[in-house]
Amino acid sequence: MPAHPAGQPGHDLDLLRVDQQLSSDEALVRDTVRAFTAERVMPHIADWFEAGTLPRELAPELGKLGLLGMHLTGYGCAGMGPVAYGVACRELEAADSGLRSLVSVQGSLAMFPIWKYGSPEQKDEWLPRMAAGEAIGCFGLTEPDHGSDPSSMATRAVRNGSDWLLSGSKMWITNGSVADIAVVWAQTQEGIRGFLVPRGARGFTSRAIHKKMSLRASITAELHFDDVKLPAGAMLPGVVGLKGPLSCLTEARFGIIWGVTGAARACLDAAVDYARTREQFGKPIGGFQLTQGKLAWMLADLSRAQLIALHLGRLKEAGELTPEQVSLGKMSNVRAAIEIARQARTILGANGITLEYPVIRHANNLESVLTYEGTEEIHALTLGQVLTGIPAYR
Amino acid sequence: MNIVVCVKQVPDTWAERTLRPEDSRLDRASVDGVINELDEYAIEEGLRLAEAHEGEVTILTMGPDKASESIRKALSMGADKAVHVIDDGLAGSDALQTSAVLAQVLGRIGFDLVILGAESTDARMGVMAAMLAERLGVPQVSLASKVEVDGTALRIHRQRDYGYDKVEASLPAVISVVEKINEPRYPSFKGIMAAKKKPVETVTLADTGLDAGQVGLAAAATEVVSFANRPPRQAGTVVKDEGDGGTKAAEFLAGQKFI
Ligand SMILES: Cc1cc2nc3c(=O)[nH]c(=O)nc-3n(C[C@H](O)[C@H](O)[C@H](O)COP(=O)(O)OP(=O)(O)OC[C@H]3O[C@@H](n4cnc5c(N)ncnc54)[C@H](O)[C@@H]3O)c2cc1C
Repeated sequence: MPAHPAGQPGHDLDLLRVDQQLSSDEALVRDTVRAFTAERVMPHIADWFEAGTLPRELAPELGKLGLLGMHLTGYGCAGMGPVAYGVACRELEAADSGLRSLVSVQGSLAMFPIWKYGSPEQKDEWLPRMAAGEAIGCFGLTEPDHGSDPSSMATRAVRNGSDWLLSGSKMWITNGSVADIAVVWAQTQEGIRGFLVPRGARGFTSRAIHKKMSLRASITAELHFDDVKLPAGAMLPGVVGLKGPLSCLTEARFGIIWGVTGAARACLDAAVDYARTREQFGKPIGGFQLTQGKLAWMLADLSRAQLIALHLGRLKEAGELTPEQVSLGKMSNVRAAIEIARQARTILGANGITLEYPVIRHANNLESVLTYEGTEEIHALTLGQVLTGIPAYR
Repeated sequence: MNIVVCVKQVPDTWAERTLRPEDSRLDRASVDGVINELDEYAIEEGLRLAEAHEGEVTILTMGPDKASESIRKALSMGADKAVHVIDDGLAGSDALQTSAVLAQVLGRIGFDLVILGAESTDARMGVMAAMLAERLGVPQVSLASKVEVDGTALRIHRQRDYGYDKVEASLPAVISVVEKINEPRYPSFKGIMAAKKKPVETVTLADTGLDAGQVGLAAAATEVVSFANRPPRQAGTVVKDEGDGGTKAAEFLAGQKFI
């Protein structure tokens, strides 16, 4: 373990001293994740991104640290608070959004519904192995023809005696082709319900999606269910309706609100470094007012995003966080991060488009983050409804 | 086996470090404190030995209030409990005095094995293990790159330029470790949560039985007489290859006594 928690920005970008608000546990989580990514991820991430992969072996390492389901209690989970979870997401995403996605999906989208809505048998069977990173989970909500409007999903489960028959397809599923267990949301006679579909179930196939230009260090797949026979015990008993998957998304979006500030920080850090050292017209480009203006706004946007993340974290700690607040945070923090990444890209000139520097990787990744877990537009509609009282989705 | 690991909080090695003009002491307040790097290896070795021999690991730290962060990290890595020696009267103590304080505490809490990092990144004296062993009247086995315990027999590899020496001693003993010995673990999140409930005993100067006149800056046996900033780094030498680059590079290396 290097003594220096690299992954740590080389420049002091925390002008508002937001991190001074962290408790000593939260700071220790930050330092631990930084040290881990510095050692295990940063030396390889550009290659993984280029190859379009994230090694499976990382999962048990993440599990050993306690990152998988860290905000859940029992079943081998650490039971940490929301701010610690947020800080961990931030430091993971400072390395790469794909890495953070792995952890978000595992903890908030796959483990959380089992933990919250599962039967005791389902929890015992899956949660300890998932916390350890021995079993990987995925979350199947989106379909080829149903993205922002999941309530119209076509995947369907019908009763067959005491069993279920599941059929349909899911699309854009993170970890889908490597998952040992898929949490799949399907229409039933009673409304939308969640099902646990283990890898290898007869009629269940998956295929990795290639040719992505974003979130390349992450596996994305399509899932197909062709009359997959599931026992009664495969259904999550604790929830019916769209609020099941939406509650998971609220958890995961909270992590994104923090996560993207890590990606943005890494980009600003690279830009500051470059601006100080790259010389044109006889002086460092950081000495030009246009560059300084860019950097100043990047710092201001980053600072604002960090404050939003921390504030929402403390609200969540108090049990007061609402989905609308999460929409505001997701919408504005991802927008801030992608703008910062793009500005950083300009400061790095041609170097900005290579994987030798982190910025184009982050900028491209953030395109996915802008879209998944509720597109920017859908969150805007949520806030529009808060302000006007008029739902404008359809 | 009762293992005590001595842990020092030092200023982050990556931060700019300065000495205070008024008393020539390191300015610790303005820099983040971290566990001295080699002490992390000492903690790891203590944990491994405790796991293998059903032992218990106690962290012993002398330092200001801020040092409790480092204690928390050591407990998060898996140590069982800690003793924090904290007293304003100890500020400015030198190695000799620190060893007196630590030896008093070690004598009181008891130990089979005391483990230390071979040196700290701030003062870099590398004498603490020797001083403690002398004061405690137990063997010192230093610069260990490998440690084995078998009953009361202790065998280590002592790291040398040419390889290693095999050194044996019997418990109780004091060991200092070098970086090669292991790969320190990260504190796990469960460890971080568990650390909150682990006992940390605070010990004052009075509790150690030492006299206030024996410790602290005023009574230190060593004194920083003067200090100067490190000279700025010199620009490198550029060797231009005009067909004789190899010869020139060799001459340069020979001139620097590298070859
Ligand atoms: C890398 C990656 C990983 C993903 N991982 C997962 C996963 O693990 N599990 C999962 O279930 N899903 C996952 N998704 C899917 C993601 O959640 C969806 O892509 C997202 O919900 C948007 O759906 P869509 O792509 O079908 O776009 P559409 O819903 O077709 O939207 C296209 C555009 O139309 C806009 N639009 C749609 N409706 C409206 C409206 N009413 N008003 C205004 N504008 C509107 C959208 O905002 C968007 O700009 C992932 C996606 C990506 C890219």
